[in-house]
Amino acid sequence: MLLGPALSVSAILFSLGVLGVLLRRNAIVIFMSVEIMLNAVNLSFVALAEQLGREGQVIVFFVMAVAAAEAAVGLAIIIAIYRHKESVNLNNINLLSG
Amino acid sequence: MTVFNFWLFSGIAIVAAALCITRKSAVASALWLVLTLFSLAALFVMLHAHFLAAIQVMVYAGAIMVLFLFVIMLLQIGHGGPTDLPGWTGRALMVAIGAVLVVELWAVTRVIPSEAIRLPAGTLDQITQREGAVGMISTTLFRDFLVPFEITSILLLAALVGAVVLAKRRL
Amino acid sequence: MPSSVGWIWLVIALPFAGFLANGLLAFVRPHGKTTVSLVGSGVLVAAFAVSLVVMSGLAGAVDAAPFVVTYWSWMPVGDLQVDFSFQVDQLSGVMLMVVTGVGALIHVFSIGYMRDDAGYARYFAYLNLFVFFMLVLILGANFPMMFVGWEGVGLCSYLLIGFWFQDKVNADAGKKAFIMNRIGDFGFLIAMFLIFQAAGTLSFVDLFEQAPRLFTINGSTVTLITLSLFLGCTGKSAQIPLYTWLPDAMAGPTPVSALIHAATMVTAGVYLVARTNVLFAMAPWSSFVVATVGAATALFAATIALKQWDIKKILAYSTVSQLGYMFMGVGVGAYAAGIFHLVTHAFFKALLFLGSGSVIYALHRAYHHTGSHADAQDVRNMGGLRRYMPWTFGLMWVATLAIAGIPGFSGFFSKDGILAAAFARGHDHPAFYLLWAFGSLAALMTAFYMARLMLYTFHGPNRTGEDERGHLAEAPWVMTGPLVVLGVGSVLAGVINLPHVLPANGWLEHWLEPVTELSVRYLPEAHLSVGTEWGLIGVATLVAVAGIVGAVTLLKPALLAPARDAAKERGLQRVLLNKWYVDELYDAVVVRPVVWLSRTVLWRVFDKGVIDGALVNGSAWLMRGFGWVGSALQTGHLGWYVLVFVIGTVMLLRTFT
Repeated sequence: MLLGPALSVSAILFSLGVLGVLLRRNAIVIFMSVEIMLNAVNLSFVALAEQLGREGQVIVFFVMAVAAAEAAVGLAIIIAIYRHKESVNLNNINLLSG
Repeated sequence: MTVFNFWLFSGIAIVAAALCITRKSAVASALWLVLTLFSLAALFVMLHAHFLAAIQVMVYAGAIMVLFLFVIMLLQIGHGGPTDLPGWTGRALMVAIGAVLVVELWAVTRVIPSEAIRLPAGTLDQITQREGAVGMISTTLFRDFLVPFEITSILLLAALVGAVVLAKRRL
Repeated sequence: MPSSVGWIWLVIALPFAGFLANGLLAFVRPHGKTTVSLVGSGVLVAAFAVSLVVMSGLAGAVDAAPFVVTYWSWMPVGDLQVDFSFQVDQLSGVMLMVVTGVGALIHVFSIGYMRDDAGYARYFAYLNLFVFFMLVLILGANFPMMFVGWEGVGLCSYLLIGFWFQDKVNADAGKKAFIMNRIGDFGFLIAMFLIFQAAGTLSFVDLFEQAPRLFTINGSTVTLITLSLFLGCTGKSAQIPLYTWLPDAMAGPTPVSALIHAATMVTAGVYLVARTNVLFAMAPWSSFVVATVGAATALFAATIALKQWDIKKILAYSTVSQLGYMFMGVGVGAYAAGIFHLVTHAFFKALLFLGSGSVIYALHRAYHHTGSHADAQDVRNMGGLRRYMPWTFGLMWVATLAIAGIPGFSGFFSKDGILAAAFARGHDHPAFYLLWAFGSLAALMTAFYMARLMLYTFHGPNRTGEDERGHLAEAPWVMTGPLVVLGVGSVLAGVINLPHVLPANGWLEHWLEPVTELSVRYLPEAHLSVGTEWGLIGVATLVAVAGIVGAVTLLKPALLAPARDAAKERGLQRVLLNKWYVDELYDAVVVRPVVWLSRTVLWRVFDKGVIDGALVNGSAWLMRGFGWVGSALQTGHLGWYVLVFVIGTVMLLRTFT
């Protein structure tokens, strides 16, 4: 019954996350936007689990575990970059140009 | 009643997310994100995912966001700096992309699972009554998804080691 | 099939083994002349011996020829079935004897002639390879096999003409021969395609058996096929219009000229027409073309030979002329007469060439002693050699009498056979009388220029020079011996096909009947009365005698000056000396436009412009462009990367909605 609205909310949250990634230059804030996206997807899974089976919730469990790992490593990378560049602004992290 | 709760918490989540991505201060963004996560936990409860709601609060809002705040404090970038939002043309382009994305995703959400694979209503309630909130996840996790579970533990180990190595001042 | 016929593979394998052995020796032991001599000539003599065995088996065979020996299936492709097989029958047997017999003699002669040459082993390797290919040509049981031999002898001709390739003139002559041959080969290929399209088979036995059912007499298909085949013949056998390579081919060593450009390779065209006699008999227009081109070439080349000063050039044009006779013979339907002339011509022309080789050899040695650079092949530098080279003198007169057509010698009988056949056809179509007249006129000129050659070379005073005269001597016996054998053949070979008015006549014609009988029903009955035949014999004799007597009385060898002092020719004599300017004509009409086309259009426009410029450089330029675009996408800006990523995802989502 709540499936349609739940999925719509999930869509909106996901788009907000994408906008955050596109619009912001601060690396940490971009990370947070990625977390928003992941949570939006979690919401979709849970909403569908109600209709299709509890495996959906198990998947959410895994997503959270992976998100935790990813956040840890990603933040460690940001710390390492900050040590070199004294900044987390994406405009200054441009050594990949080719 | 449920519907009202649903829309209430959805609204809070969306507004909090929108604010999160537009704040100048990183700390403010982090705190708004915590609010978003809490709202989502509420939604999980409404969708019969009680255990997940608890985990969401404990792990996501409790551990991951704390980690974020630690890093922000460590690097001392929490105060509001000059805005790093792009100019008007950039903003217009991004919003356009966002709008397109929303429309597409909404079109995807129109899909209704077919009768053949849909479970009868109230199945999850029955499972909760039978095995408990934790049992909903755990019985499936340790039987059907045992291998992914083990692999995930290795993944976490790798992430642990990696994070330690990357963040060292001197290897 | 008689068991001795099964040895045919050995006849072909021996020269090929000789080629491999001599080729190896050329690289490993270039100075070991004795081994090369033994191997090179030995394989030919052995091949001749085996050929005798095969022929005896063929002659005594109880079953009917042709015997086709198949070794393996060469090209089974769809409907086409081509086998590696040899056909031993009466016609290929005759050719086999000529090739191996005369070939062996010339190999022995070469031992002496090429003794001082640095490329001795290479020479014998090429010569053996040539004999191998020639044997494949005449023994092939189907068109592709024959074509392998056809092309192979063209290749060896190129290798041997340009044997002394360090001299550009020789290399050019080799190229000219090969390229003109290729023009003819185009005709051969077209004919093969047409034959396969019409008959579905390329094997001689099958084709000739089906021919009466497949083709309509004088129909367009068979006429086109035979004309295409004849184009190949004009190239290989040096007829109008593709004959100009043969005089230039005299740049090769003289034994090569004797073997390839007199006795064997150039006769391949005649063999081809005789082999496919059914097709030519079913296409009377093509046969008429063959006969006319033959007669015209005979006359045309004879006129040029009248005024040549190089002894080998005289003989070269004589060869072209005599080949014209052979084609005239097979063109009027007298296939046996054409082959007969082929056989006798092999004897006396080889003898003439080898004899001239002895003469040139003697002059070379004389000039070598004095260090002179005069032309050893110019008859104006010869004269009176009969005193110094009696054997060569005598034998070459034997050959001259044979080629002139003096009664009793072989050439008389063969030439008479052809002219009589042409005259006989004239009863139905008066045009053939004209061909007979051409032939007789050419015979008159033949007798004249050959006598002229002998007069200037062997009679009269000697013009070689005071210092050289003392060194002129007869060639060694390894060279003169083969001349003797050829001389005997030039005299006696006539008995194999005496004219009908004599007893014991037509033996060769009878022998070749199994091959020519297929065409008999398409040819008109052409018989001459006894009186007419004797009359023709009389005319031929008169012509020959008149030619020789005319030369003896009109030409004054004593008045001739050595080459370096010779006056320039004028008028018609100059035209004849310059071969009616045909080479210059070909150069202007064919060669120059093709060269221009190649240089300007094909090279500059197409090769440099299109292929190099547009395709090679252009594609590289295009790839650089793509690379530039790709490189521009790598801004280094993470935000830009994410944007592109998201755009990609949005586009991907479109497929799901």
